[in-house]
Amino acid sequence: MTCPRRERGQKKIMSTTVKVTGKSNGASGAPFLRIRNLTKRFGAFTALNDVSLDVMKGEFVCFLGPSGCGKTTLLRAIAGLDPQDEGTIEIAGRDVSRLPPAARDFGIVFQSYALFPNLSVAANVGYGLVNRRKGRSEINARVRELLTLVGLADQETKYPVQLSGGQQQRVALARALATAPGLLLLDEPLSALDARVRLRLRDEIKSLQRRLGVTTIMVTHDQEEALSMADRIVVMNAGLIDQVGTPSDIYRKPESAFVADFVGSMTFFDAEVAGPSQVRLGGIDLSCSDAGGFIKGSAVRIGLRPEEVKVRNIDAATANAIDTRVATLDFLGPFCRAQLHPSGAPGVTILADFSANLMRDLKVEQGQQLTVALPPEALRIFARGAPR
Amino acid sequence: MSATALQQGNSIKARISRDALVIRLGIVALVGFLFVAVALPLWSLLSKSFQNGKGEFIGLANYVQYFSTPTLFHSIFNSLWVAVITTVIVIPLAFLYAYALTRTKMPGKGLFYAVALLPLFAPSLLSAISLIYLFGNQGILKSWLFGGSIYGPIGIVIAQIFYCFPQALIILVAALALADARLYEVADALGTTKPRIFRTVTLPGAKFGLINACFVVFTLVVTDFGIAKVIGGQFNVLATDAYKQVVGQQNFSMGAVVGMILLIPAAIAFTIDRLVQRRQVALLSARAVPLEPKTNPLRDAALIGYVMLIGGLITIVLGTAVWASFITYWPYNLTLSLKNYNFAELDPGAWSPYFNSLKLAILTGIIGTAIVFTGAYLVEKTKLAPAGRAIAHLLAMLPMAVPGLVIGLGYVFFVNAPWNPLNIFYGTLTVLVVNCLAHFYTVAHITALTALKQIDPEFESVSASLKVPIWRTYTRVTVPICLPAVIDIAIYLFVNALTTVSSVIFLYGAQTKVASIAIVHMDEAGFTAGAAAMATMIVLTALSAKLLHVLLDKLVLTRLQAWRRR
Repeated sequence: MTCPRRERGQKKIMSTTVKVTGKSNGASGAPFLRIRNLTKRFGAFTALNDVSLDVMKGEFVCFLGPSGCGKTTLLRAIAGLDPQDEGTIEIAGRDVSRLPPAARDFGIVFQSYALFPNLSVAANVGYGLVNRRKGRSEINARVRELLTLVGLADQETKYPVQLSGGQQQRVALARALATAPGLLLLDEPLSALDARVRLRLRDEIKSLQRRLGVTTIMVTHDQEEALSMADRIVVMNAGLIDQVGTPSDIYRKPESAFVADFVGSMTFFDAEVAGPSQVRLGGIDLSCSDAGGFIKGSAVRIGLRPEEVKVRNIDAATANAIDTRVATLDFLGPFCRAQLHPSGAPGVTILADFSANLMRDLKVEQGQQLTVALPPEALRIFARGAPR
Repeated sequence: MSATALQQGNSIKARISRDALVIRLGIVALVGFLFVAVALPLWSLLSKSFQNGKGEFIGLANYVQYFSTPTLFHSIFNSLWVAVITTVIVIPLAFLYAYALTRTKMPGKGLFYAVALLPLFAPSLLSAISLIYLFGNQGILKSWLFGGSIYGPIGIVIAQIFYCFPQALIILVAALALADARLYEVADALGTTKPRIFRTVTLPGAKFGLINACFVVFTLVVTDFGIAKVIGGQFNVLATDAYKQVVGQQNFSMGAVVGMILLIPAAIAFTIDRLVQRRQVALLSARAVPLEPKTNPLRDAALIGYVMLIGGLITIVLGTAVWASFITYWPYNLTLSLKNYNFAELDPGAWSPYFNSLKLAILTGIIGTAIVFTGAYLVEKTKLAPAGRAIAHLLAMLPMAVPGLVIGLGYVFFVNAPWNPLNIFYGTLTVLVVNCLAHFYTVAHITALTALKQIDPEFESVSASLKVPIWRTYTRVTVPICLPAVIDIAIYLFVNALTTVSSVIFLYGAQTKVASIAIVHMDEAGFTAGAAAMATMIVLTALSAKLLHVLLDKLVLTRLQAWRRR
C-alpha cells in the first residue's frame, strides 16, 4: 500500500482550502462538512497530508484516486473510525474532531456490505433503530419503509446469504439510512459487484440520494463511477487533494497531469514553450489557447485526449493540422484507437479515437498517411516531470 | 492563530466514549488476568531456582549443585533420548496413517480417524497402565519381551507412541488434506515417476506440517509426567525428577531448577517451530483445485491393512486398561466385576476425585471459554490500547511453550508465597481451574482468533455508526456467528482439564484431589486395577462430552445456524 511519490515541481494545490464553486443545487451559506488541515500518519507513512475540504449540504461528493492515495483514510477519519493525528472536522457546524464514531451523525456502507449474517434482512435494517427506544411497531414500519425504498419489500425475512450481491448492498444502504443520518458515507460500495449490477445500482444510489437529499461522500477508484454519480469530484493522490471540481471540470480542465491521466485517457508528449500561445513539438509548432503561465523556453508536457483529435473538414485554415502515419489501429467496438506518428516529430506517438462512423466514411487503414488537427483549445499544458 | 496552533500541538484523541471505556476496562482486566495466571507463576519459578530453602538469593548455586549431581543431570539425556526415539517412530507411522486417510479412496476413513484420536480422551498414563497389564510383572504377554522389562525406557517409548500418535496425526492430516491437484496433473503430464512426484510434490507440500508434528511430539514426550511415573521404573526423566524433588523431598529450589531445565527444550522447540512456520507461504492459492484422491486398488488395499493394524493396536492398548478395570483379580481370576470401581476401598477420597475432576472440567470449560473468547475478541476486533492488546496476545501465546508440569510448579511457588494475598486460594478448586485454563490457553486462544478473523472486520464500525454499543454487537452477532468455535473451545478445555495430570499434580488440596491424581496415587499404592477403573471413568466422561458435542452439532446447531444455508 505505498503511494506513488509526487514528484517535485508539481503545483501544490492542497494546503490551501479548496473553494467551493457555487453549486446549482441550492447549497448556500456554511458548508455542512468542514475539514481543516487533516493529517494522518501510519508510522513513517503519511496517509493524509494537511487536507482541507468543504462539502455543502445535499451534495454528492466522490473521493477519487488510485489505491493508497488516502481517500479511504479520509473517509474513515470523517467517520471517526481511524481518528486523524491533526486537524479538525466539523459536521453541521459542530466540531466532531474528538468525538467517537457513535457521537457523530453518519451512516456508512462498506464494500464488503458487512451485513450481520445471522440476522434477517429486517433485523439488519432495524439494527440501529432497536437501540433508540422506539416501539416495535414504529421500528417495523420504518424497516418496511426503507426496504420499499430500496426495492426489497418482499425480502425482509430472508438471511443475507440468500440474497444476491446487489440485493445485499441495497440492504446495507437501507441499514445505513435507517437512522436518518445527516451524512452518508459509501466506501467503494460497488466494487464487489459485477459490471451489470454495478451500472444499475449506480443509478439507483444516485436517484435515491437526490430524492432524500442526504449529503453523501463516496470513495471510489473507478473514474467512470465518479464522473457519472458525483456533483463534485475530489481527486486525491499521495495523501493530497489534487483537484476538486464538477465532473466536467475534472474531465475537461484537469489541473495536473496526474488528474488528466487518472481521469479518462490522455496522450502526453514533451514540448517546449515557443511563445505566449505557441509550443514546439519536435519540428512542429503548435498553437495552444493558453501556455499556462509558462515562460518561453520552458520544458513542458502536453496532454491531449484521444477523442479530441480532428480528422474531418481540415483545410488550410485549420489550426495545428499535421501530417501523420497511422501506425496501428486497435478495434475497440464502438470506436478504433489509432497510434499516429507525426511526420515532423519522429519518436512522438499521438493516440486518437476514431468512431466507427468515421472509420467507415474515411476508410482509415493501418500504414496510410492521414492529416489530422490537434485543436488548440484541447491541448493541456503541464510542467515537465509530472508522473505519467 | 493561537487557538489553531494549540490544536495542532495536541494530537487528536477521540473523547472517551462508553464503548471505549468498556473496551479499555476489558483489556486491562484481560492483561491483569493473564499476568497473574501466566506471567507471575513463571516468574516465581524462575526466581525460586535462584533461591535457597529460606528464600535467600544464592545465584547459580542450585544449578551448580544440579549439574554436579550425576543422578540428576543424567535425566536430561534420558528425557531427550526417549523423546527423539519416540518422535522418529511416531512421525512416519502417523504420516502413513494420515496419507491413507487423505490420499486414498479407502472406505471407513471417518471411523479410522476417530479410532486413532481415542487416546486424546484419556490421561497419558492410560496407555502405560495397559502396557503394564500386557507386559508388566503380571502381564499376560510378558513372555513376548524375552526376559526384558517393560518398566523403563522401552515401556515409556511404547506408551508415548500411543499417546502422541493422535497429536501428530491431526497435524499431518491437516497438512496432507490440502493439496493443489494442478501440481499433480502437471507432474503427471511431464511423465514424472510416482516416487519422484511423492518426493517433489507431496513431501514439500506437507513439509511444514511434518516439522510442526516433530516438535509437538518431541515436546509432549519431554514434558509428559504420567507415563514416566507409571511405567518408568528406575529410569529417571526430568518430569519425574521434578515431582520427586518437590513432592518427595520437599526441595522446592531443586524442583524449580528441574522445572527451568524442563522449560528449555520445550521453549527451544517452540521457538524453532515458530521461526520455521513463519517462512511458510500459502501454498494453496484461492484458485487451487482441491486434489481428489484416485482409486488405486493395490495401494488402497495395502494401506487399509496398515490402518487396520494401527487402529487395532490402539484399540487393544486402550481397551486393555478398560477391560482390566472390570477384572476381578488380574491375571488369576478373569471374571468380570465392578469391585475395582469401589474406590472407597482404594483411595481415601473414594469417588470424590472423580466429581472434583468433573467440577474442574466443567468450570474450566465454561469460565475458560468466556475468558478466552472475549479476550480474543478484544485482541482481534478492537483498536484501542494497542500496547495492552499486544501484551495480552503475547501472554496468551506463552503457555504453548511451557510444559504443564512447569506451569504447575510455578503455581506452587506463586500461590504458596507468604507475601501473596492470593495464597488463601492454595489447594482450592479456583487455583486448579485457573491453572488448567492457563496451561491450555494458547490452543483455545488461537481457535478463537481463527474464527474471529473470518468475520467481516467492519461489523464494529457499522455498529458504531448505528450508535449500537459494542457489547450488544458482540453478544447478538459475533458470538452467535462463532458458536461452533465457541463450543469447540469449551469441549477442548473440558476434555483437557479432565485428563491432565502434570499441571495439577502439585496443586490439589485435601478436598480437591482430582481423578488423574487419584490414578497416580492408586498406581503408586499398587492398586493398578483401581487406577485403570478411574482412568476408564475419565475416558467415558470425555468421550460422552465429545459425543454430546457431535449430537448437539447435528441437532441443535444446524437449526440455530439456519442463516448459513443458501
